[in-house]
Amino acid sequence: MAETAASPTPAKTPVDKDLAVRTSPAEVLRDAFAAGSLAGTVEISELPFLTMVGIRAAAGSDAAQRIAAVTGGLPAGSGAVAGSGDTSVLWLGPAEFLVVAPTEAHESLGGGLIQALRDALGGDSGQVVDLSANRTTFELTGPQARSVLEKGCSLDLHPRVFKPGTAYSTEIGNIPALLWKTGEESFRVFPRASFAEFLGRWLLDGMREYASPEVP
Amino acid sequence: MLLIPCPNCGPRDETEFHYGGQAHVPYPENPNELSDTEWSRYLFYRSNTKGTFAERWVHSTGCRQWFNMLRDTVSYDIQAIYPMGAPRPDRAGTTGAESGTASLAADSTTTGTAAPDISGTSISSATTAAPEGATK
Ligand SMILES: [Zn+2]
Repeated sequence: MAETAASPTPAKTPVDKDLAVRTSPAEVLRDAFAAGSLAGTVEISELPFLTMVGIRAAAGSDAAQRIAAVTGGLPAGSGAVAGSGDTSVLWLGPAEFLVVAPTEAHESLGGGLIQALRDALGGDSGQVVDLSANRTTFELTGPQARSVLEKGCSLDLHPRVFKPGTAYSTEIGNIPALLWKTGEESFRVFPRASFAEFLGRWLLDGMREYASPEVP
Repeated sequence: MLLIPCPNCGPRDETEFHYGGQAHVPYPENPNELSDTEWSRYLFYRSNTKGTFAERWVHSTGCRQWFNMLRDTVSYDIQAIYPMGAPRPDRAGTTGAESGTASLAADSTTTGTAAPDISGTSISSATTAAPEGATK
Protein backbone atom coordinates (compact mmCIF):
# COMPACT_ATOMS: atom_id res chain seq x y z
CA MET A 1 0.00 0.00 0.00
CA ALA A 2 2.68 2.43 -1.01
CA GLU A 3 0.15 4.98 -2.15
CA THR A 4 -0.09 6.59 1.24
CA ALA A 5 3.59 7.08 1.93
CA ALA A 6 3.57 10.38 3.74
CA SER A 7 7.00 11.82 3.33
CA PRO A 8 7.51 15.55 3.61
CA THR A 9 8.75 15.63 0.05
CA PRO A 10 6.39 13.28 -1.76
CA ALA A 11 7.95 11.65 -4.76
CA LYS A 12 5.08 11.72 -7.20
CA THR A 13 5.76 8.77 -9.38
CA PRO A 14 3.26 7.83 -12.06
CA VAL A 15 2.31 4.86 -9.87
CA ASP A 16 1.29 7.12 -7.01
CA LYS A 17 -0.93 9.08 -9.29
CA ASP A 18 -2.62 6.15 -10.92
CA LEU A 19 -5.50 4.92 -8.85
CA ALA A 20 -6.11 2.17 -11.36
CA VAL A 21 -3.09 0.23 -10.23
CA ARG A 22 -4.01 0.34 -6.57
CA THR A 23 -5.56 -2.69 -4.89
CA SER A 24 -7.96 -1.89 -2.10
CA PRO A 25 -8.22 -4.14 0.98
CA ALA A 26 -11.61 -5.56 -0.06
CA GLU A 27 -10.89 -5.66 -3.78
CA VAL A 28 -11.27 -9.44 -3.74
CA LEU A 29 -14.87 -9.00 -2.61
CA ARG A 30 -15.97 -6.64 -5.34
CA ASP A 31 -17.95 -9.25 -7.26
CA ALA A 32 -19.29 -10.83 -4.08
CA PHE A 33 -20.50 -7.42 -2.88
CA ALA A 34 -22.31 -6.85 -6.16
CA ALA A 35 -23.84 -10.32 -6.09
CA GLY A 36 -24.84 -10.12 -2.44
CA SER A 37 -26.43 -6.67 -2.63
CA LEU A 38 -30.21 -6.58 -2.80
CA ALA A 39 -31.52 -3.39 -4.36
CA GLY A 40 -34.12 -1.77 -2.14
CA THR A 41 -33.30 -4.07 0.78
CA VAL A 42 -29.64 -3.92 1.75
CA GLU A 43 -26.63 -3.12 -0.39
CA ILE A 44 -22.93 -3.16 0.35
CA SER A 45 -19.97 -1.65 -1.45
CA GLU A 46 -16.43 -0.62 -0.70
CA LEU A 47 -15.45 3.04 -0.91
CA PRO A 48 -11.73 2.50 -1.42
CA PHE A 49 -8.89 4.88 -0.68
CA LEU A 50 -10.66 7.54 1.33
CA THR A 51 -8.21 9.96 2.87
CA MET A 52 -8.00 9.43 6.62
CA VAL A 53 -5.84 11.35 9.04
CA GLY A 54 -5.33 10.53 12.70
CA ILE A 55 -5.29 13.58 14.94
CA ARG A 56 -4.15 13.83 18.52
CA ALA A 57 -4.51 17.18 20.20
CA ALA A 58 -5.67 18.11 23.68
CA ALA A 59 -9.13 19.63 23.64
CA GLY A 60 -9.04 23.38 23.99
CA SER A 61 -5.33 23.69 23.17
CA ASP A 62 -4.11 26.20 20.65
CA ALA A 63 -3.15 23.37 18.31
CA ALA A 64 -6.64 21.89 18.57
CA GLN A 65 -8.15 25.23 17.67
CA ARG A 66 -5.86 25.64 14.66
CA ILE A 67 -6.68 22.10 13.50
CA ALA A 68 -10.37 22.76 13.99
CA ALA A 69 -10.04 25.77 11.72
CA VAL A 70 -8.73 23.48 8.96
CA THR A 71 -11.33 20.73 9.36
CA GLY A 72 -14.31 22.87 10.24
CA GLY A 73 -14.45 21.91 13.90
CA LEU A 74 -13.50 19.03 16.18
CA PRO A 75 -16.16 16.78 17.74
CA ALA A 76 -16.78 17.37 21.43
CA GLY A 77 -17.52 13.89 22.73
CA SER A 78 -18.34 10.26 22.09
CA GLY A 79 -20.51 9.81 19.01
CA ALA A 80 -20.04 13.32 17.70
CA VAL A 81 -18.95 14.04 14.13
CA ALA A 82 -17.73 17.50 13.13
CA GLY A 83 -16.37 18.94 9.93
CA SER A 84 -17.46 20.94 6.95
CA GLY A 85 -18.09 20.23 3.32
CA ASP A 86 -16.75 16.83 2.36
CA THR A 87 -14.32 16.69 5.30
CA SER A 88 -15.60 14.99 8.46
CA VAL A 89 -13.98 14.46 11.85
CA LEU A 90 -14.95 11.46 13.96
CA TRP A 91 -14.45 11.39 17.73
CA LEU A 92 -12.19 8.50 18.78
CA GLY A 93 -11.20 9.62 22.27
CA PRO A 94 -10.96 12.71 24.45
CA ALA A 95 -7.92 13.92 22.51
CA GLU A 96 -8.03 11.66 19.47
CA PHE A 97 -9.90 12.17 16.22
CA LEU A 98 -10.09 10.72 12.72
CA VAL A 99 -10.43 13.03 9.73
CA VAL A 100 -12.20 11.41 6.78
CA ALA A 101 -12.03 13.13 3.40
CA PRO A 102 -12.38 12.19 -0.27
CA THR A 103 -9.66 10.28 -2.07
CA GLU A 104 -8.49 13.37 -3.96
CA ALA A 105 -7.63 15.11 -0.69
CA HIS A 106 -4.63 12.82 -0.32
CA GLU A 107 -1.26 14.35 -1.04
CA SER A 108 -0.29 11.52 -3.38
CA LEU A 109 -2.99 12.90 -5.67
CA GLY A 110 -2.11 16.52 -5.12
CA GLY A 111 -4.44 17.26 -2.20
CA GLY A 112 -3.35 19.68 0.49
CA LEU A 113 -5.40 18.52 3.48
CA ILE A 114 -2.76 16.51 5.32
CA GLN A 115 -0.09 19.18 4.95
CA ALA A 116 -2.55 21.82 6.12
CA LEU A 117 -3.22 19.73 9.22
CA ARG A 118 0.51 19.26 9.80
CA ASP A 119 1.01 22.99 9.51
CA ALA A 120 -1.85 23.59 11.94
CA LEU A 121 -0.27 21.32 14.53
CA GLY A 122 3.11 22.94 13.97
CA GLY A 123 5.64 22.10 16.65
CA ASP A 124 3.05 21.65 19.37
CA SER A 125 2.58 18.35 21.13
CA GLY A 126 0.13 16.11 19.32
CA GLN A 127 -0.03 14.07 16.15
CA VAL A 128 -1.10 14.37 12.56
CA VAL A 129 -0.65 10.97 10.93
CA ASP A 130 -1.72 9.79 7.49
CA LEU A 131 -3.86 6.72 8.22
CA SER A 132 -5.42 6.37 4.78
CA ALA A 133 -4.11 2.83 4.35
CA ASN A 134 -5.01 1.82 7.90
CA ARG A 135 -8.69 1.25 7.29
CA THR A 136 -11.00 0.79 4.37
CA THR A 137 -14.61 1.89 4.13
CA PHE A 138 -17.74 -0.17 3.58
CA GLU A 139 -21.00 1.50 2.76
CA LEU A 140 -24.05 -0.43 3.92
CA THR A 141 -27.39 1.00 2.83
CA GLY A 142 -31.03 0.08 2.71
CA PRO A 143 -33.97 -0.60 5.03
CA GLN A 144 -32.35 -3.80 6.34
CA ALA A 145 -28.87 -2.33 6.87
CA ARG A 146 -29.55 -1.83 10.57
CA SER A 147 -30.75 -5.42 11.04
CA VAL A 148 -27.58 -6.71 9.42
CA LEU A 149 -25.39 -4.65 11.73
CA GLU A 150 -27.41 -5.62 14.78
CA LYS A 151 -26.37 -9.23 14.28
CA GLY A 152 -22.84 -8.34 15.33
CA CYS A 153 -22.90 -5.00 17.12
CA SER A 154 -24.15 -4.57 20.67
CA LEU A 155 -24.73 -0.82 20.45
CA ASP A 156 -28.33 0.34 20.43
CA LEU A 157 -28.80 1.04 16.74
CA HIS A 158 -32.48 1.95 16.97
CA PRO A 159 -33.11 5.27 15.20
CA ARG A 160 -34.49 6.84 18.36
CA VAL A 161 -31.01 6.43 19.87
CA PHE A 162 -28.59 6.20 16.94
CA LYS A 163 -29.10 9.32 14.82
CA PRO A 164 -27.62 10.14 11.43
CA GLY A 165 -24.40 12.04 11.90
CA THR A 166 -23.09 9.99 14.80
CA ALA A 167 -20.15 7.60 14.82
CA TYR A 168 -18.81 5.17 17.37
CA SER A 169 -15.69 3.13 17.80
CA THR A 170 -16.96 -0.30 18.76
CA GLU A 171 -17.02 -3.96 17.75
CA ILE A 172 -18.81 -5.42 14.74
CA GLY A 173 -18.65 -9.14 14.16
CA ASN A 174 -16.21 -9.40 17.07
CA ILE A 175 -13.60 -7.15 15.47
CA PRO A 176 -12.87 -3.50 16.24
CA ALA A 177 -14.44 -1.12 13.75
CA LEU A 178 -15.79 2.39 13.45
CA LEU A 179 -19.48 2.70 12.69
CA TRP A 180 -20.75 5.97 11.26
CA LYS A 181 -24.42 6.52 10.53
CA THR A 182 -24.47 8.85 7.56
CA GLY A 183 -28.21 8.76 6.82
CA GLU A 184 -31.45 7.23 8.02
CA GLU A 185 -30.65 4.01 6.18
CA SER A 186 -26.98 4.34 5.37
CA PHE A 187 -23.93 3.43 7.38
CA ARG A 188 -20.21 3.57 6.85
CA VAL A 189 -18.16 0.85 8.49
CA PHE A 190 -14.40 1.27 8.84
CA PRO A 191 -12.54 -1.99 9.49
CA ARG A 192 -8.79 -2.10 9.60
CA ALA A 193 -7.33 -3.24 6.30
CA SER A 194 -6.33 -6.63 7.65
CA PHE A 195 -9.90 -7.25 8.84
CA ALA A 196 -11.58 -5.98 5.68
CA GLU A 197 -12.07 -9.30 3.94
CA PHE A 198 -13.27 -10.95 7.15
CA LEU A 199 -15.80 -8.24 7.95
CA GLY A 200 -16.90 -8.00 4.32
CA ARG A 201 -17.69 -11.70 4.22
CA TRP A 202 -19.30 -11.47 7.66
CA LEU A 203 -21.64 -8.71 6.48
CA LEU A 204 -22.43 -10.60 3.27
CA ASP A 205 -23.37 -13.60 5.38
CA GLY A 206 -25.62 -11.39 7.49
CA MET A 207 -27.29 -10.04 4.34
CA ARG A 208 -27.97 -13.41 2.79
CA GLU A 209 -31.26 -14.13 4.55
CA TYR A 210 -32.90 -11.06 3.01
CA ALA A 211 -32.54 -12.56 -0.45
CA SER A 212 -35.12 -15.18 0.48
CA PRO A 213 -38.82 -14.58 0.94
CA GLU A 214 -39.69 -13.78 4.54
CA VAL A 215 -40.98 -16.79 6.42
CA PRO A 216 -44.25 -15.86 8.07
CA MET B 1 -21.10 -10.48 30.21
CA LEU B 2 -20.55 -7.30 32.19
CA LEU B 3 -21.98 -4.03 30.93
CA ILE B 4 -19.25 -1.57 31.84
CA PRO B 5 -20.02 2.16 32.01
CA CYS B 6 -17.06 3.82 30.32
CA PRO B 7 -16.68 7.37 31.68
CA ASN B 8 -16.22 8.63 28.12
CA CYS B 9 -18.48 6.43 26.03
CA GLY B 10 -21.23 5.14 28.32
CA PRO B 11 -22.26 1.51 28.80
CA ARG B 12 -20.45 -0.95 26.54
CA ASP B 13 -19.98 -4.71 26.45
CA GLU B 14 -17.16 -6.16 28.51
CA THR B 15 -15.55 -7.49 25.31
CA GLU B 16 -14.63 -3.92 24.35
CA PHE B 17 -12.44 -3.61 27.46
CA HIS B 18 -9.23 -5.06 28.79
CA TYR B 19 -8.48 -5.66 32.42
CA GLY B 20 -5.53 -3.91 34.03
CA GLY B 21 -5.38 -5.66 37.39
CA GLN B 22 -5.38 -4.16 40.83
CA ALA B 23 -5.45 -0.38 41.03
CA HIS B 24 -3.39 1.82 43.33
CA VAL B 25 -0.18 -0.20 43.25
CA PRO B 26 2.48 2.51 43.41
CA TYR B 27 5.63 2.24 41.37
CA PRO B 28 8.55 1.97 43.77
CA GLU B 29 10.33 5.26 44.26
CA ASN B 30 13.77 3.68 44.06
CA PRO B 31 13.48 0.42 42.15
CA ASN B 32 17.24 -0.01 42.08
CA GLU B 33 17.36 -0.28 45.85
CA LEU B 34 14.90 -3.15 46.00
CA SER B 35 15.94 -6.71 46.62
CA ASP B 36 14.82 -9.31 44.10
CA THR B 37 12.19 -10.42 46.58
CA GLU B 38 10.81 -6.92 47.01
CA TRP B 39 10.82 -6.32 43.26
CA SER B 40 9.02 -9.57 42.61
CA ARG B 41 6.44 -8.64 45.20
CA TYR B 42 5.85 -5.34 43.42
CA LEU B 43 5.61 -7.05 40.04
CA PHE B 44 3.65 -10.18 40.77
CA TYR B 45 1.90 -10.05 44.16
CA ARG B 46 -1.65 -8.74 44.21
CA SER B 47 -4.65 -8.95 46.48
CA ASN B 48 -7.13 -11.73 45.93
CA THR B 49 -10.01 -9.80 47.37
CA LYS B 50 -13.38 -11.31 48.11
CA GLY B 51 -15.72 -8.33 47.98
CA THR B 52 -15.12 -4.78 46.84
CA PHE B 53 -11.96 -4.53 44.75
CA ALA B 54 -10.34 -1.50 43.11
CA GLU B 55 -9.12 -2.39 39.63
CA ARG B 56 -8.03 -0.82 36.36
CA TRP B 57 -9.75 -1.17 33.00
CA VAL B 58 -9.08 0.21 29.53
CA HIS B 59 -11.71 0.74 26.84
CA SER B 60 -9.62 -0.90 24.13
CA THR B 61 -11.98 -0.78 21.17
CA GLY B 62 -13.60 2.50 22.18
CA CYS B 63 -11.92 5.61 23.49
CA ARG B 64 -8.74 3.71 24.48
CA GLN B 65 -8.69 5.44 27.87
CA TRP B 66 -7.88 3.90 31.24
CA PHE B 67 -10.06 4.28 34.30
CA ASN B 68 -10.51 2.77 37.74
CA MET B 69 -13.45 0.72 38.90
CA LEU B 70 -14.72 -0.52 42.24
CA ARG B 71 -16.24 -3.94 41.62
CA ASP B 72 -17.57 -6.59 43.94
CA THR B 73 -15.69 -9.77 43.05
CA VAL B 74 -18.52 -11.91 44.42
CA SER B 75 -21.60 -10.29 42.91
CA TYR B 76 -19.80 -8.52 40.01
CA ASP B 77 -21.69 -5.39 41.02
CA ILE B 78 -19.90 -2.31 39.67
CA GLN B 79 -19.96 0.19 42.51
CA ALA B 80 -17.95 3.13 41.22
CA ILE B 81 -16.03 4.39 38.20
CA TYR B 82 -13.36 7.01 38.79
CA PRO B 83 -10.40 8.51 36.92
CA MET B 84 -6.86 7.26 36.93
CA GLY B 85 -4.90 9.10 39.59
CA ALA B 86 -7.94 9.78 41.74
CA PRO B 87 -8.04 8.27 45.22
CA ARG B 88 -10.20 5.28 45.84
CA PRO B 89 -13.73 6.48 46.62
CA ASP B 90 -14.93 5.94 50.14
CA ARG B 91 -17.66 3.35 49.93
CA ALA B 92 -19.46 3.15 53.24
CA GLY B 93 -21.34 0.03 52.28
CA THR B 94 -18.34 -2.11 51.45
CA THR B 95 -18.24 -5.64 52.65
CA GLY B 96 -15.38 -5.06 55.01
CA ALA B 97 -13.29 -7.60 53.21
CA GLU B 98 -9.58 -7.05 52.84
CA SER B 99 -9.56 -4.18 50.43
CA GLY B 100 -6.21 -4.20 48.79
CA THR B 101 -2.69 -3.54 49.77
CA ALA B 102 -1.71 -0.10 48.65
CA SER B 103 -5.01 1.55 48.14
CA LEU B 104 -3.96 4.77 49.80
CA ALA B 105 -1.62 5.73 47.01
CA ALA B 106 -3.32 8.34 44.93
CA ASP B 107 -1.40 7.69 41.76
CA SER B 108 -1.76 4.22 40.35
CA THR B 109 -0.02 4.75 37.05
CA THR B 110 3.68 5.29 37.15
CA THR B 111 5.12 7.61 39.70
CA GLY B 112 4.16 6.77 43.22
CA THR B 113 3.82 10.02 45.07
CA ALA B 114 2.63 8.31 48.19
CA ALA B 115 3.38 5.06 49.94
CA PRO B 116 6.99 4.74 48.91
CA ASP B 117 7.35 1.80 51.24
CA ILE B 118 7.44 -1.21 48.96
CA SER B 119 6.40 -3.49 51.75
CA GLY B 120 2.99 -1.94 51.33
CA THR B 121 2.51 -3.96 48.19
CA SER B 122 3.31 -7.24 49.76
CA ILE B 123 0.49 -9.64 50.34
CA SER B 124 1.95 -11.03 53.52
CA SER B 125 2.38 -7.68 55.19
CA ALA B 126 -1.09 -6.65 54.18
CA THR B 127 -2.85 -9.69 55.43
CA THR B 128 -1.02 -10.04 58.68
CA ALA B 129 -0.65 -6.38 59.54
CA ALA B 130 -2.63 -4.16 57.22
CA PRO B 131 -1.23 -0.62 57.01
CA GLU B 132 -3.23 1.74 59.10
CA GLY B 133 -6.19 3.03 57.17
CA ALA B 134 -5.76 0.54 54.36
CA THR B 135 -9.35 -0.53 54.66
CA LYS B 136 -10.66 3.00 54.91
ZN1 LIG C 1 -14.68 4.61 26.24
